[in-house]
Amino acid sequence: MSTGSPAPHPGRNGVPPLIPGERSESRDTVPPPLPAAVLPPPSRPAEEPGPVQILLPDGTLAPGRTPPLDDARTVELYRAMVRIRLVDERMTTLQRQGRIGFYIGGTGEEAAILPPVAALRPDDWLFPCYREGGAYLLRGLPLQRFVDNLFGNARDPAKGRQMPNHIAWRERNIVSVSSPIGTQVVQAAGAARAAQILGRPDVMMTFFGEGATSSNDFHAGMTFAGVWKAPVVFVCRNNGWAISVPRDKQCAAAHIADKAAGYGMPGVRVDGNDPFAAFAASRDAVDRARRGEGPTLLEMETYRIAGHSTSDDPRAYRDEAEVELWRTRDPLSRTRRYLESRGAWSEAQEDALRKSVDEELRAATAAAETAPAPDPDSLFEDVYSRLPWHLAEQLEDARANRSDGAARCP
Amino acid sequence: MPVMNLLQAVNDALRTEMRRDPRVVVLGEDVGKFGGVFRATQGLQSEFGADRVMDTPLSESGVVGAAIGMALYGLRPVAEVQFADFIYPAFDEIVNELAKYRYRSGAQYPAPVVVRTPCGGGIRGGHYHSQSPEALFIHVPGLVVACPSNPADAKGMLASALRGEDPVLFFEPKRIYRAARGDVPAGEHVVPLGSANVARAGSAVTLVAWGAMFHEAREAADQAVQEGIDVELIDLRTLWPADVRTLEESVRKTGRLVVVHEAPRTCGFGAEIVSLATERCFTRLEAPPVRVTGYDTPFPYTLENEYLPRAPRILKALRETMRYET
Repeated sequence: MSTGSPAPHPGRNGVPPLIPGERSESRDTVPPPLPAAVLPPPSRPAEEPGPVQILLPDGTLAPGRTPPLDDARTVELYRAMVRIRLVDERMTTLQRQGRIGFYIGGTGEEAAILPPVAALRPDDWLFPCYREGGAYLLRGLPLQRFVDNLFGNARDPAKGRQMPNHIAWRERNIVSVSSPIGTQVVQAAGAARAAQILGRPDVMMTFFGEGATSSNDFHAGMTFAGVWKAPVVFVCRNNGWAISVPRDKQCAAAHIADKAAGYGMPGVRVDGNDPFAAFAASRDAVDRARRGEGPTLLEMETYRIAGHSTSDDPRAYRDEAEVELWRTRDPLSRTRRYLESRGAWSEAQEDALRKSVDEELRAATAAAETAPAPDPDSLFEDVYSRLPWHLAEQLEDARANRSDGAARCP
Repeated sequence: MPVMNLLQAVNDALRTEMRRDPRVVVLGEDVGKFGGVFRATQGLQSEFGADRVMDTPLSESGVVGAAIGMALYGLRPVAEVQFADFIYPAFDEIVNELAKYRYRSGAQYPAPVVVRTPCGGGIRGGHYHSQSPEALFIHVPGLVVACPSNPADAKGMLASALRGEDPVLFFEPKRIYRAARGDVPAGEHVVPLGSANVARAGSAVTLVAWGAMFHEAREAADQAVQEGIDVELIDLRTLWPADVRTLEESVRKTGRLVVVHEAPRTCGFGAEIVSLATERCFTRLEAPPVRVTGYDTPFPYTLENEYLPRAPRILKALRETMRYET
């Protein structure tokens, strides 16, 4: 709402003089010289090293680099990466068909997820985000249980209590996932401190995206782990996008890895689409943690090929050309080329793998889809270790509502 | 039986439980070498070492978040939040993480963390050293919320919290940290969570309070009794899950209810207590239940005695409740 043009000011350039009646032009004293600036101009070294890279996008080794994994283990890792890629694709389709409510995958980020987990010992702990489905499967979670989780049925390890992809699997030390960003980072630091206190050799690995590095709990977790020299490896999947916010709007630091310096720990940039680089960097960070030398921040430079989740449409905010560029850096095709060039993988093996994953997906989906929903009474279980009086009363209410039809939606 | 103040009782509980269970660790700001700004953890680091009594960086979400990680790994952490007024940076870790961990993991990962935090006003602490945010946490499924009013209960309830399997928010009424003194059993002492204490049996009106306000309520009750009002005084002790049976039995008997708390009135825990009593004892009520609480203002500095529901306000409410006629 405008009240018209402002009244003219008497001073220079429309600014009223500070002291009425005094004209600043009349002062003809020479201002004293300003002191020399004490802050150096911001700069970075001209020849900045790039990310750790061992396996190039064309499937050849970077000059002077040797693979950290033999062919047999590389094949094993490749199979697991293909498997989760196919799971992601199928589950996205199922969501589109309305058969599951939601899915969040790691397409394009497989090398930033599976090789770091392969660098852990089986007893080491994982504090995942929600995009690390491949980590669960690599650790041996039966695909059936994974798909059960997506359907939220009675056999879901999380008992149907969370959205898809929020799985906990105690049998192999994978803690529970939540949706608020970064919360697991500080929990991993605490668990690492606990291992230290108890004198156990376990290392914690936590995953998060670059968006999470803006969160309170990233800051807290890095701070605490740094001070405690706790045995934890922070794996940041810098996939370029936090839903619709690009990396350069997330943080003004040149690299996410640079943040590590502020917490007194090494930060390492890694080609996150290079399974060998991701494995070798993770192995070194895990070894360092286990030797008692403290935490490391690994920045896996990768790209979120799909939307944030099935609820997202990235065409609304990003250029397809960028996606196409990153497709040429795909972690799976470079691994396949490498293995084929060594005679360790063939077209026939590829076809057989895809066929077998397709079959296990069909079977798991069919079983999950027809499995019963969790028992309605289980709504009230596990809120506390025992059922307190108020939940016992509400359980009776719920049973009564079911029996007289009041629990059914129209 | 040794005489202790509430602070010494908290210290004694921690020491006793740490001796009993090597999984119990303490972490928080200033809790180690200094022994806490109120000295609740004094001497613990020298007895148990810096691995079990940890000074942390200054981040409440860090303290609670790290404690959750420790609990998942198998420790029994006691996280101190220096003042309840500073608990909000940890709100997400408490509400979305700690309270939900057992449930959302399908019972695979319980997270038995005890969060100790001094609460309440009357110490000239202004808005940021006086709050009583218990209702915010009682509203959250999965949390146990407790607030002792005397040293013996403080020791016994804290021991119960540390031996239980659920996360507990343990509010310590800082105004009576030193003022509340009494006999405390030596050695192991456990007061079960979830049981209220009928501090005075009576037949005319039920008066419910906890923490520092319990002492105001008792002062008011003593005067009311002299005036011929037979007050039944209940120290709730565990706020949630509350001892609803004791509440219900009392209100059925008296037909009148006055609830006292120093947190603001609207959506304060008093509202829930009044609802529970009304739902369960409606036909027995002889007067509308009354809340005597802090006002719906920020906690004041200079005017804190104007704000706090001290004994004269409680006495006034008791008299008015008794005079009520339908």
